[in-house]
Amino acid sequence: MSENKAQSDLFESPRSTWEGCSVLLDINDGDRLVFARLSSGATLKIGNKNCSLQPLLGCPFGSFFRVENGTQGPYLSRYTPSTEGNNVLEKGDGQSIDELRDNRALVDNNKAQSLTGEDINEMRRLGATGDEIVEALIANSATFEKKTVFSQEKYRLKKQKKYAPIVLLRRPFTRSICEAYLKKYPTRIGFLRMDTLSLLLSMANVSANSDVLVVDMVGGLLTGSVAERLGGTGYVCNTYIGGSPYPMDIARIFNFGDEICKRIVRSPLTDLFSVQNGLQKPVSQDSDSCNMESQSNDRISSPVSMEEVSLASENVISDLIPESTSSPVIKMSKPAKLGEKAPQEIISSWKEHGFSCLIIAAPELDTWSLVKEIFPLMSSSAPFAIYHQYLQPLATCMHNLQLGKMAIGMQISEPWLREYQVLPSRTHPCMQMNAFGGYILSGTKISPN
Amino acid sequence: MLPIDSTKKLSFTRCIRDGDLVIVYERYDNMKAIKVCDGSVLENRFGVFKHSDWVGKQFGSKVFSTKGGFVYLLAPTPELWTLVLSHRTQILYIADISFVIMFLEIVPGCLVLESGTGSGSLTTSLARAVAPKGHVYTFDFHEQRAVSAREDFEKTGLSNLVTVGVRDIQGEGFPDELSGMADSVFLDLPQPWLAIPSAGKMLKQDGMLCSFSPCIEQVERASETMRSSFTDIRTFEILLRTYEVREGKLDDFQGDEAGSLGSLPRKRRQRSNEGSNVRETTGPPTVMARPCSEAKGHTGYLTFARLKCLS
Ligand SMILES: C[S@@+](CC[C@H](N)C(=O)[O-])C[C@H]1O[C@@H](n2cnc3c(N)ncnc32)[C@H](O)[C@@H]1O
Repeated sequence: MSENKAQSDLFESPRSTWEGCSVLLDINDGDRLVFARLSSGATLKIGNKNCSLQPLLGCPFGSFFRVENGTQGPYLSRYTPSTEGNNVLEKGDGQSIDELRDNRALVDNNKAQSLTGEDINEMRRLGATGDEIVEALIANSATFEKKTVFSQEKYRLKKQKKYAPIVLLRRPFTRSICEAYLKKYPTRIGFLRMDTLSLLLSMANVSANSDVLVVDMVGGLLTGSVAERLGGTGYVCNTYIGGSPYPMDIARIFNFGDEICKRIVRSPLTDLFSVQNGLQKPVSQDSDSCNMESQSNDRISSPVSMEEVSLASENVISDLIPESTSSPVIKMSKPAKLGEKAPQEIISSWKEHGFSCLIIAAPELDTWSLVKEIFPLMSSSAPFAIYHQYLQPLATCMHNLQLGKMAIGMQISEPWLREYQVLPSRTHPCMQMNAFGGYILSGTKISPN
Repeated sequence: MLPIDSTKKLSFTRCIRDGDLVIVYERYDNMKAIKVCDGSVLENRFGVFKHSDWVGKQFGSKVFSTKGGFVYLLAPTPELWTLVLSHRTQILYIADISFVIMFLEIVPGCLVLESGTGSGSLTTSLARAVAPKGHVYTFDFHEQRAVSAREDFEKTGLSNLVTVGVRDIQGEGFPDELSGMADSVFLDLPQPWLAIPSAGKMLKQDGMLCSFSPCIEQVERASETMRSSFTDIRTFEILLRTYEVREGKLDDFQGDEAGSLGSLPRKRRQRSNEGSNVRETTGPPTVMARPCSEAKGHTGYLTFARLKCLS
């Protein structure tokens, strides 16, 4: 029952965790992201230590935790960071401009630090906190004093990440799930960037009470993001071509309660057509799909495996990151069921009224032949948005829709997203950027007659 | 505009009725919002259209003028609305709007605060995102803009989701009654740093803030102010590049029969296999795409931040 609390009253999404809830753990300011389902038995490996996630239960989202050394080993303890931005990197007090020190005297030779690994282990044994170890490292660094204020702070941050990691408790939303997957497993989501996904959702006018048809070959991210927007109203119908449904695992990372899960259904494309003209489905086809249904049901009700997404981008903290694949430790309690087969009466209602909109993210299918099939299922004036990593399939599709006078207001667009470092007198675009967000073909279906 | 009332939902059987708002589509760059009114007519370069001819047609239909010209009638959406609304101020467009809604984690049921309302372009999409049970409180200190915005929300059927207040948000902050109630706050103000402390007060723990500013100096100052009670402060810029698609025939490069470039034996053999001795100079038509050469180079910077959880 516990997970029913998750947006069960969907309009009061809870601000604190509960047993069985899905959370996003942000370790060291985005260096590593872990999706987990909380239970008293769940643990998380941080560095080489296994920490129980029990202390996170009942805490407000947004809470910070750090690893403390207790008599029974390390444990996560909640703490409140100071209100003042406490480091120069963030505060940027303008010193960099009038800074007198520079790096000319620094020599990179690994001899600057006089504390050894053994010394640090010894400190740990004696119960030193992470912060104390960081202070000791600074005190024993021969070069620290010579560094600029900016690089001193960088040094401190680097050591803090390694010896006093911070865990931040977050609610998993489309944005964070998409961002985490893009960094760690981009192929599983077809390289779909969060800004591109956000465009798909608005271009298709996904809104409460809509019946949204999706072809989701991006692991369930699209289906989940649509369901999030529907908030337990309308339906998202995840349709598939051929015998087996496309995986929808990512949709289970969201904290969906029963109400939202019930609104996520799936159906083979053929079923959406079969009684189009009042014709009953041939029996053979029926039993056929039954078979495949039971088969895939297994897959769907199997407990979610925990997703570990490490974002260690730089050298900085690599030793903190455990072998990400071997550390998925969190025991999942069963999430609510989602992605049931669409009931016959709902399929009939779609046939009568048509879908309110269509979103396709199917990098492996030929866009035009798919669209040609699917188009009659949408009601007239329904908007659509189609994602692809390549331009040509969309261009061909657009051209054919134009020739067939099937849609208007069509546009192929490509989002460009750039993040900035903002600091007084040191503002500039981030040095690294994702240079490609894919293409979107959007438009509105027009009445065929 | 939103299918909050299910009888208004798009459907094969839902027809245009007297009093409906429709988007009259001439071309992708020429659209207009019109309230269908039985005795009225629409006059444009394609002729005279009688509204009475529209009633009973499906949304998405092509309708004809007395002269035989035609337009399409589309169901309104926030995206189309952004293209047709009357510009009383600079407005936000689809790329910024979509990104803001996703990054602010706005979902049905949220309570969202916004200032200024401006022309209500963003507000319309905020309303869609919080529907059916959430609410948007939007404030502008410009009395007339607030009045026009209310009229627009009435027209688009969003009045139940949006409350427009007249208030100097930079001077007075958001109203105290809303303290601690907002899931997200959005600011599009000339001096956002003046409103940020109040925005922090309005937010629920862990709530999200966004400030949109065209100039980087505004961003620096806003970010500075955010640092005391917000975390995860991130600034982005988002633009859209659009593409034009056309079918074209390109000249097939054959060289000169007797030319010095050498011959292309494979191709020529294919030709003769086809049994044609007429030399073709064009290949089959191909669909080609290229970026449009005109685009917006800048709209504004979006700075997001999350309220620190201190309780
Ligand atoms: C650029 S417009 C907002 C446009 C809006 N985001 C849209 O998409 O339509 C900025 C608005 O802020 C309002 N404004 C400026 N200073 C204000 C203040 N101190 N309090 C409230 N509103 C203010 C202006 O009247 C103007 O309408």
